[in-house]
Amino acid sequence: MMPATVVKKKPLSREAMAKRVAASLESDWVVNIGIGMPTMVIPYVPESKDVIFHSENGIIGMGPEIENPEFVDNDLLSAGKRPVVLRPGGSFVHHADSFSLARNGRLDLTILGAYQVASNGDLANWKLPKARAGNIGGAMDLAAGARQVFVMMTHVSDKGVPKLLEKLTYPPTALGVVKKVFTDMAVISVTPEGFVLEEIAPDFTVDEVRAATAAPLAVRGNVATIPV
Amino acid sequence: MKQKRASSVEQATRQMRDGAVVFIGGFGRGGVPEQLIEAVCERRLKDLTIVSNNAGTFRTGIARLLEDGCVRKMICSFPFSRESVVFQQVYSEGKVELETVPQGTLAERIRAGGSGLGGFLTKTGLGTEIAEGKPVIKVDGVDYLLEKSLRADIALIKAHRVDPRGNLTYRMAARNFNPIMAMAADHVIVEATEEVPLGQLDPEAIITPGIYVDVYCVTN
Repeated sequence: MMPATVVKKKPLSREAMAKRVAASLESDWVVNIGIGMPTMVIPYVPESKDVIFHSENGIIGMGPEIENPEFVDNDLLSAGKRPVVLRPGGSFVHHADSFSLARNGRLDLTILGAYQVASNGDLANWKLPKARAGNIGGAMDLAAGARQVFVMMTHVSDKGVPKLLEKLTYPPTALGVVKKVFTDMAVISVTPEGFVLEEIAPDFTVDEVRAATAAPLAVRGNVATIPV
Repeated sequence: MKQKRASSVEQATRQMRDGAVVFIGGFGRGGVPEQLIEAVCERRLKDLTIVSNNAGTFRTGIARLLEDGCVRKMICSFPFSRESVVFQQVYSEGKVELETVPQGTLAERIRAGGSGLGGFLTKTGLGTEIAEGKPVIKVDGVDYLLEKSLRADIALIKAHRVDPRGNLTYRMAARNFNPIMAMAADHVIVEATEEVPLGQLDPEAIITPGIYVDVYCVTN
């Protein structure tokens, strides 16, 4: 008999996560893209979908980041301070107007990274517990103001600690705002009844996702496999 | 017509004093009046309160002010970035105070300050430590946080084009905080890339009317 081998489970790559988030965007949505992993979503949105990307520094109609630019134009950078293109029909507003549209219902969606998401939709993404200070950036305004908040993050921390839990242990950014969480193991909806497992990465079982989630995780009907 | 053009960045910044509250436009490296900041460093001013979105980029701009010990307090939204190496060092050494403000709230506090308003009501920060000590006001059944307006003694503004009246245009996302800061400071100093004769700026394209501008210099 062959000796039993321990197979290391493979979480989704960042690219596969970005692709999955991109597939959930709808035509004509105005979508805020912040810093970090969410910036990887833009190139995966097909041109056939007319999604308008907003960057907090006053760009409406932002395109993808420019890979290996010959010249960096400091006047056209993303929120993550990387060179980007402006798509045809794009426009610029000053900072107060940029956040007016973040708060006034014009943003169909913001995609944010997170340290933690609670099963009641509370979001923590700006400060570590006991830290003297942290980075807020636009996260508090965007989380409180956008019609929908999607979170894109690894399912557990570098040390294997669950980031989806019943109650935040990190300082909150906004309360009761997260609608969906896209991780490297699963797609999870936040409902009035708590977390619901919608989709699962090819390498994982429902029990494994539950074991990595520090809150009840409901399954309603069929759980689709995330395409990679 | 009032003479607003200064012959140099040194002349443009000569009204600045120790202890001033100073708005500095820019987001990352876009729209930062770097040469005005250099001139302030040269003057060795002390105890400045700097209001700007970021806390400096590597060793230029606000980073130099921090490195030269000109700053007593930073008010910003994103102090700890990959680029804010100098801020992180002086902050850890206890040499500078920090007030972190949500970015949209920072922008709106400045807009309110430039609009003759005492403050505004926002949902941003409700239920977080940002709300500590601030009144929560219910309007039509919805809770909002009261945020106070913010004004400065001095604004350092980066513009694209300027005309002799001080009318300003901006270039792309370099606009960011500049137009609102120009409206909310007692003394507004502009660094522009290009000067054009009176009447040459398309009135439809002027974002900051010259009535807000006290002095400008042209650098390129």
